[in-house]
Amino acid sequence: MFYLENLLFIIGSLLLVICVLVSVAFLTMFERKVLGYIQIRKGPNKVGIMGIPQPFCDAIKLFTKEQTYPLLSNYISYYFSPIFSLFLSLLVWMCMPLFIKLFSFNLGLLFFLCCTSLGVYTVMIAGWSSNSNYALLGGLRAVAQTISYEVSLALVLLSFIFLIGGYNMLMFYKYQLFIWFLFLMFPMALVWFSISLAETNRTPFDFAEGESELVSGFNIEYSSGGFALIFLAEYASILFMSMLFCVMFLGCDVFSFSFYLKLTFVSFMFIWVRGTLPRFRYDKLMYLAWKSFLPFSLNFLLFFVGFKIFLLYLL
Amino acid sequence: MALYYVNAFSKRFASVGLQLAKAATTPSAGAGQVALNRQQKRGAAKWYPDPEFLKQFEGPVMYPDDITSQWKLPPWNHQVTPVEKSIRNLTLNFGPQHPAAHGVLRLVMQLDGETVVHCDPHIGLLHRGTEKLIEYKTYTQALPYFDRLDYVSMMCNEQCYSLAVEKLLNIDVPLRAKYIRTLFAEITRILNHIMAVGTHALDVGALTPFFWLFEEREKMMEFYERVSGARMHAAYIRPGGVSLDMPLGLMDDIYEFASKFAERLDEVEDVLTTNRIWVQRTQDIGVVTAEEALNYGFSGVMLRGSGIKWDLRKQQPYDAYDLVEFDVPIGTKGDCYDRYLCRVEEMRQSLRIIDQCLNQMPAGEIKTDDNKVTPPSRAEMKQSMEALIHHFKLFTQGYQVPPGATYTAIEAPKGEFGVYLVSDGSSRPYRCKIKAPGFAHLAALNHVGRQHMLADIVAIIGTLDVVFGEIDR
Repeated sequence: MFYLENLLFIIGSLLLVICVLVSVAFLTMFERKVLGYIQIRKGPNKVGIMGIPQPFCDAIKLFTKEQTYPLLSNYISYYFSPIFSLFLSLLVWMCMPLFIKLFSFNLGLLFFLCCTSLGVYTVMIAGWSSNSNYALLGGLRAVAQTISYEVSLALVLLSFIFLIGGYNMLMFYKYQLFIWFLFLMFPMALVWFSISLAETNRTPFDFAEGESELVSGFNIEYSSGGFALIFLAEYASILFMSMLFCVMFLGCDVFSFSFYLKLTFVSFMFIWVRGTLPRFRYDKLMYLAWKSFLPFSLNFLLFFVGFKIFLLYLL
Repeated sequence: MALYYVNAFSKRFASVGLQLAKAATTPSAGAGQVALNRQQKRGAAKWYPDPEFLKQFEGPVMYPDDITSQWKLPPWNHQVTPVEKSIRNLTLNFGPQHPAAHGVLRLVMQLDGETVVHCDPHIGLLHRGTEKLIEYKTYTQALPYFDRLDYVSMMCNEQCYSLAVEKLLNIDVPLRAKYIRTLFAEITRILNHIMAVGTHALDVGALTPFFWLFEEREKMMEFYERVSGARMHAAYIRPGGVSLDMPLGLMDDIYEFASKFAERLDEVEDVLTTNRIWVQRTQDIGVVTAEEALNYGFSGVMLRGSGIKWDLRKQQPYDAYDLVEFDVPIGTKGDCYDRYLCRVEEMRQSLRIIDQCLNQMPAGEIKTDDNKVTPPSRAEMKQSMEALIHHFKLFTQGYQVPPGATYTAIEAPKGEFGVYLVSDGSSRPYRCKIKAPGFAHLAALNHVGRQHMLADIVAIIGTLDVVFGEIDR
């Protein structure tokens, strides 16, 4: 019985990983299509029917290219940081709340925090070990940015933890049966969305990449497989953050089809933002984190603590 | 004793620093001072102790006399003196293969963290020796080189050269040719400003306006193609007029385009002008005062953005600019945002000029009837021996231009584009010096961009609107 259960866990998590990877593939295509239509062009439409197999073409192309590596790089860390990065962003998916046949984490939110905080190191090491000025700057920016935003992220998360009284993500479902947290705490949702944009290094905050400044930022020296892994990791974390947004604000009904529609919509928002906004400047981003988001999330944290105590007292 | 000096130095430094801080806070003390970093209008560049500031501390701060030399050393602190290390700024090679290099700009930048301490533009990667080549070509053959100078505002360059040659020849062109030139010069101005605004937005990180605007640019390239046969390097405006009359229906299509383009501009402005990120990224960035703009020899939008109303189309009208009405927008602060607004407004004014040109377009000849300068039409050549001979002479030998020199400048989209043409009476120019506006703008990059952040340098390059065809020549 014990072995069977373990086997089921392994199969279940493998299934989840595969599904995530496939959805990452289609997210990249979705992004290119959406960006295409925002910019009055078609996007990929040549491969297969309507360009649907395009992501697989890209993957095959990327992985069959020659893997180059900079001459004076710190090879081991250079080589392994993309792998570690992808591993982390797939690992964090393990805390996805499902009612049956997967790890049912009691401390899912903590697990998520651990994994995302660890994800910074991969970017930093990738940037540093490439031995390139641009990559170094990109890595530095990414570290500073991600760490600053993680503070607010943790605080926002903490106010939710107070509210639902636990670290288990499935609790979100119970507490949102009658009203979504999106309506209950709308400003928090906006802040959370911005923070997740910053956490995933997406457009208004894409300093680690900063195409027009740092050429490609921390991943400038990566080619073929290494680049593909970084790319996959990035999009897997975008999907995860969208998933988390749906869990936290949009009802957390993971068993229903509508949850996945909502997830798609939130990832669409990520892309939409990319098609609309210019990039922030690095120092302004820091001010935004420390002067706007941090006081905001701290105040809300206090409010929710008081609110919870009030509720406990009332009931 | 050395320690003592250091201490006195540090004290004095601290007090000066305090005074500075006081001076910074007192004059504009109030509610605005609380939100320090967002509201402060001080040119976005950071002030660091510069050599002039440090010079006052260079000599001995205090000469100890017999009393003061008895003083004991004050306790420094219990910390270990940090080991002296030699640090240097990061040198970053920016370009020539950089997405924001606008072609082949190479900047060697000294970075202090993210702040640019010094940036040194290296040019010459697109040098083709145009000026020297022109000395070996006839006046007709020299014309296409001008398309290739500033390759996003082709016809304006041709116009400048043609005006210079016409001045040396002392000929006038028919009114219709003047209107056609003005019409296409304004189309070219929109063409250029689309490129400028689009790539500026792209440099700042907004992807979408670039694509929207380039869709429009493509339509205008089509007008180029219909009028001259080439999308970019038109060789259409020639000494003595224009090479061909406009095809039938072109004016209708230009009108249709012009009546819709303002709407496209509105869309772009919706995305950018009031966008808070865009405003934050461009306001107070790369401020050029009016005085600096003059001293650095700026022209065009770079000058007008700083508040100096100088537009050669108004100051010394050429072609049909004295016959059309338009306004010249100027900025007030001279930052990137003002220059962006100026460019957008200039596009709208260009639309006005285009409309007027279309409405006032007279019938008639499109080139001067002096057969010694302008080639005969194809139809005429089939009939007339004389025309055939003229054609042959013009395209083998060219025409003689009387000796003389001229500096002719026009208001190209990027600024004052000038041609200094010296003729020795032969059919080839003795010397042709080209004054490119972008050259002066790029030369000021170190000054304009000093102590800005790396991302701002990119924004400033975008707003300088440099094109290397004309800078490297």
